[in-house]
Amino acid sequence: MSEANGNVSATDSTYDQMSLTQLRAGQRGRVVRIIGGRGLACKLEALGIREGEEIRKVSEQWMRGPVLLQHGHSQVALGFGMASRVFVRITGENR
Amino acid sequence: MGNPNVGKSAVFNRLTGANAIVSNYAGTTVEFTKGSMSVAGQNVELVDVPGTYTLDPTNNAERIAVEMLKSREDNDVVLNVVEATNLERSLNLTLQLLKEQAAIVVALSFWDETKHRGISIDAEKLEDILGVPCVPTCAVTGQGISHLVKRIKEAKPSPLQYDEQDKWNQIGNIVDKVQTLTHHHHTLLERLGDASVKPLTGLPIAVTVLFLAFKVIRFIGEGLIGHICEPIFENFWSPIMLMLSSFLGSKGFVHDLVIGQLIEGQIDYGQSFGLLTTGLFVPLGAVLPYVFAFYTVLSFLEDFGYLPRLAIMVDTLMHRLGLHGLAIVPMLLGLGCNVPGVLSTRILETRRERFISVTILAIGVPCAALQAMVVGLVGRHGTANLGIVYGTLFIVWLTLGVLLNCTVRGESPEIFVEIPPYRIPYLRSLSKKIWIRIKWFVKEAVPFVLLGVLLVNILHTLGIIQFVGQLTAPVVTQVLGLPSDAVGALIIGVFRKDVAVGMLVPLGLTAKQLIIASVVLATYFPCVATLTTLVRELGVVDMLKSAGIMIVSSLIVGGLLNLILV
Repeated sequence: MSEANGNVSATDSTYDQMSLTQLRAGQRGRVVRIIGGRGLACKLEALGIREGEEIRKVSEQWMRGPVLLQHGHSQVALGFGMASRVFVRITGENR
Repeated sequence: MGNPNVGKSAVFNRLTGANAIVSNYAGTTVEFTKGSMSVAGQNVELVDVPGTYTLDPTNNAERIAVEMLKSREDNDVVLNVVEATNLERSLNLTLQLLKEQAAIVVALSFWDETKHRGISIDAEKLEDILGVPCVPTCAVTGQGISHLVKRIKEAKPSPLQYDEQDKWNQIGNIVDKVQTLTHHHHTLLERLGDASVKPLTGLPIAVTVLFLAFKVIRFIGEGLIGHICEPIFENFWSPIMLMLSSFLGSKGFVHDLVIGQLIEGQIDYGQSFGLLTTGLFVPLGAVLPYVFAFYTVLSFLEDFGYLPRLAIMVDTLMHRLGLHGLAIVPMLLGLGCNVPGVLSTRILETRRERFISVTILAIGVPCAALQAMVVGLVGRHGTANLGIVYGTLFIVWLTLGVLLNCTVRGESPEIFVEIPPYRIPYLRSLSKKIWIRIKWFVKEAVPFVLLGVLLVNILHTLGIIQFVGQLTAPVVTQVLGLPSDAVGALIIGVFRKDVAVGMLVPLGLTAKQLIIASVVLATYFPCVATLTTLVRELGVVDMLKSAGIMIVSSLIVGGLLNLILV
């Protein structure tokens, strides 16, 4: 995780990017883009979640409920709308 | 200062001996608390600041924290609490504090948890890099606290320099140097934590937890009343009161004020209505056991870390009310007493959210004191009737929330909250917290109950209750189907709702009337303690709006119940 430094190389295409709401529970992904204003990006950055960081989606709820992420040793829940604005590229499955 | 839920208040309590409430979720401290401690023989003031992730505030609690920092004076020291199990994120704030050139001491909290989570931190190396004292601590057990006190005077601004652009790299480098991770297997608590936030397992868990909570509260509450409180009052207090009664001449104004009416020559704590009989029995004999039971269960759930997970599970429902999941926390606190419930709505961001949550809390969330009396009175006529009372209140709460969501202007942001790991509550801090809350209840409630009982007697003697009764009889008897005597309860309900329910006892109401009276008493107006809190939190105008909504809806609901119930 320590080599993560925010560089997204130019060869990466966008087709394998997906929002946190599309990511399945249990999958890991690397944050590539946070869209829509600075507010959300700031909130996430304050928690250490920024472009290049790897996260794991712990769970999601029915009917567009909040998404729970694991980052490092901490977990954070964010609303569906916010989650749909955070894009990641899948890096692995974890049960 | 430090991130939310890193144990700042726990450290604060340890250092000052103060009684700040500590829980296992972010946002327990919404205001700053002051205390004093002694450092090297000198008395110094210590301030417990709400948690913040950054000095670039994104919400109100963070704003308060940043203002506190900016207003510090030259010789003030910042005690930065850093979560050892979350070093990277915590250092983000630490580095920002260092940049402010504040004199800093770092307390590494949750040191005990690092071991079984496979984390090993070299505190000395961290100290070398940051250039400020770094002390491993565990506030609940007190480990490292005395060492921390010794080193407070070594606090100094750090020589560490960094480029804002390069901040996270810098943090990454520091973490790499001081922290080594070893693989650890998922603990049972971690598995349970994940299970309680997945829909398939989380919903059954939520239902089970709430059901068990309800069962345990009733078991403890009824057990205490039946086996301890009632016997004490019946066997020890009644003989003393009877002696006092005959000493006072068994009648007259003073006798009626102190002892109340004797029912067939005996004290009846439900009906006598004297200051030393009903006035003491209501808060101490009938309500306190339930308050104790409630806070025992709630405090356990808080310290275990269940509340934020419950917030996730109910988030979708709360969205219909214009709120998000975290708004369940004030509602649960409100089930104990509405005052701390209303205060804790500060964890919500916007004015709109606060207005909606405060209003539906004051109207649809009955406090433990009211509930204890309702359970005692209505429960006698069968649990089904009790179900109607709770069911109605829930429907009112829900409907009103949906309506307010459609009508109140403003915005409601989405949930954004850190979910702490489950932690086994530490018995000493748990019992301390329950004790703080019980003490607070006794201090707040007993005087008001006595005042309420006093008022009942005076108003009765002066004939005011009877007069208002005749005046409002059309509404009370026609719309609500209650006897005009019940107006007395509505007047006193503004003081204390438990006393008000107590006033229904001698009226001999039918089950239907009891249900209506209970629902109306719960919804029609906040008690005076809640009302003052509403004014403080909402301002006079919004409080009046809120109170207006309450009166109207309780009349509608009471009237409907009168029509529907047989």
